[in-house]
Amino acid sequence: MTELLEVSGISVSFDGFRAINNLSFSIGPAELRAVIGPNGAGKTTFMDIVTGKTRPDEGRVLWGERSIDLLKLDEAQIARQGVGRKFQRPTVFEDQTVAENLMMALKAHRSPWRVLVWKPKAADHARVEALAVQVGLGEALARKSGELSHGQKQWLEIGMLLAQEPRLLLVDEPAAGMTLAEREQTTALLVELAKTHAVVVVEHDMEFVRRLNCKVTVLHEGSVLAEGSLDHVTANQQVIEVYLGR
Amino acid sequence: MTHGFLTKNPSVLIFLGLLALFTLTVTLLSNAYGVEVISTSMVKTLGKTLCLCLIALAMDLVWGYMGILSLGHFAFFGLGGYMIGMWLMVARTREIVLASATGLPMTPQELNDAIATQIFGVVGTSQMPAIWAFAGSLPAQLALVVLVPGLLALGFGWLAFRSRVTGVYLSILTQAMTLALALYLYQNDSGLRGNNGLSGLQNIPGLDWAGQDRLSVWFLWASALALGLGYLACAFTVSGKFGSVMRAIRDDEARVRFLGYPVEGYKLFVFTLTALIAAIAGALYYPQAGIINPAEIAPIASIYLAVWVAIGGRGRLWGAVIGAAFVSMVSTWFTGGRAPDLNLAIYTVKWVDWWQVLLGLSFVSVTLFAPKGLSGLVDLLAGLRPPQRRGAPLGPDDGALMEQEARQ
Repeated sequence: MTELLEVSGISVSFDGFRAINNLSFSIGPAELRAVIGPNGAGKTTFMDIVTGKTRPDEGRVLWGERSIDLLKLDEAQIARQGVGRKFQRPTVFEDQTVAENLMMALKAHRSPWRVLVWKPKAADHARVEALAVQVGLGEALARKSGELSHGQKQWLEIGMLLAQEPRLLLVDEPAAGMTLAEREQTTALLVELAKTHAVVVVEHDMEFVRRLNCKVTVLHEGSVLAEGSLDHVTANQQVIEVYLGR
Repeated sequence: MTHGFLTKNPSVLIFLGLLALFTLTVTLLSNAYGVEVISTSMVKTLGKTLCLCLIALAMDLVWGYMGILSLGHFAFFGLGGYMIGMWLMVARTREIVLASATGLPMTPQELNDAIATQIFGVVGTSQMPAIWAFAGSLPAQLALVVLVPGLLALGFGWLAFRSRVTGVYLSILTQAMTLALALYLYQNDSGLRGNNGLSGLQNIPGLDWAGQDRLSVWFLWASALALGLGYLACAFTVSGKFGSVMRAIRDDEARVRFLGYPVEGYKLFVFTLTALIAAIAGALYYPQAGIINPAEIAPIASIYLAVWVAIGGRGRLWGAVIGAAFVSMVSTWFTGGRAPDLNLAIYTVKWVDWWQVLLGLSFVSVTLFAPKGLSGLVDLLAGLRPPQRRGAPLGPDDGALMEQEARQ
């Protein structure tokens, strides 16, 4: 199976501090992967590099069947290639309604001219409504998203991520601030998505990772410490020392 | 399409109705077409105010909706005025030269030399500068009204937005742009008559028979038409998904990038669009003012523009219009020497001097206590008060709407 995203040998330092050190990572087009690691292991920086927010000092990031070099693209271009990102802190446009948020995220042309003359068709409205129902916000379409609870904002952001129809989903701590029932719902959604998409989940919560039941990559000091099933990595002596042992 | 757009934005129809009513009333009270209650100079002031409302719309689009605090839009306004002024001066001077010519008909060369001597005598030259090459042709100068400011905005915006200059640094850059342009135009060899500027613009060539009475009303109509069309264009831009993206960029532009929208492209688009609106407003303003000189595009002019929009209420189109109309009319009243002096026991407040202090205080109070400005008063009347959430910004970027401002 060819890989969807192939990151090889990237390094980046901030003011002399090596946040990412010769990191390599790859994921297939329909795969679920959990990335764990202690604070400062470089999880968020890794996502920043893939989404174009941070430029690595060295290394390569290749994307898709035609091996497009993501390092040559800016954030918006990378997003249009099909990389979607959900942030740890829910970031939705609070001044706008749930429907407007979803409509903006909906996969469509992104250039100013096309957007200016774009009209939502019946199918677009239906899609927005279906997405809202899927994330439990069917009743809240007309509400300002700033009025939603923290958990609902998380769900709205997941809805926006789905609306973008990305091929790769980068999800940063999806379970943060969610109730137990919501966590189970999130797990089910992520597992379902991974049947057709590549999904990378960054998570602290071991219980949550166990429920995802997928391949795990352990990061430490900016590079991969171990990779494999959860049982495999938790048996690794180094992993126990730096992360689990405490 | 227009039907759905208007039903979704009822304020557009109300605005257009009020604008038409205003124009009709002024016409019926004017010297030329009515009962001679409003003087010609007052008609001109009202017409000019409509042009200021139009540039305030542009400012609201770029600042209130997009979060780019541009302090240089009067550069585009002034350039629009200069471009139309060049044609007005040349065509008018040609009429004068031809009228005063005696004897044999002049050759085209002689005619051009005579025009150049008339126009550029004040700066000590009789050469027509190269930038006046098209000044004899009205269609060409009308095209330049939008081309010159449009290209300046496009070039400036491309450089500034591409390097992701935002917030206060961008505001300073726009100030520098308008200052540099003003200083350049002050030079006699800039080719636009230095600090003399262009004058006599109120005399429209070929329309001497109409007289200023009628001309002033015609320009009022033209300004009202431009404001109406501008309002429609702006309302169309900010409604729908484009407006959604604009407000999203204002509140959190990094997040918009991760949705795949080319943020820089949007900023450039809106910046250039508003520069064009400003240029058209300027091209209508200066024939009513009669004179344009580099002082018009001094940095302070663009700062006033931001003050109008802030006092009127940014983030809604009619707020900007109310702000520009109210503040510029009140300003005319105070600085015109007609406001009665305030006689305190130890000091007499002369409003001509103290008006600016009053304006500054109002700006500070509006910013601190009434972020929705005058348009907030309308909300109060309509019972649309927003919920009192204490104000955290709704996005991490400068200029993000505060929760208090966000309308229910």
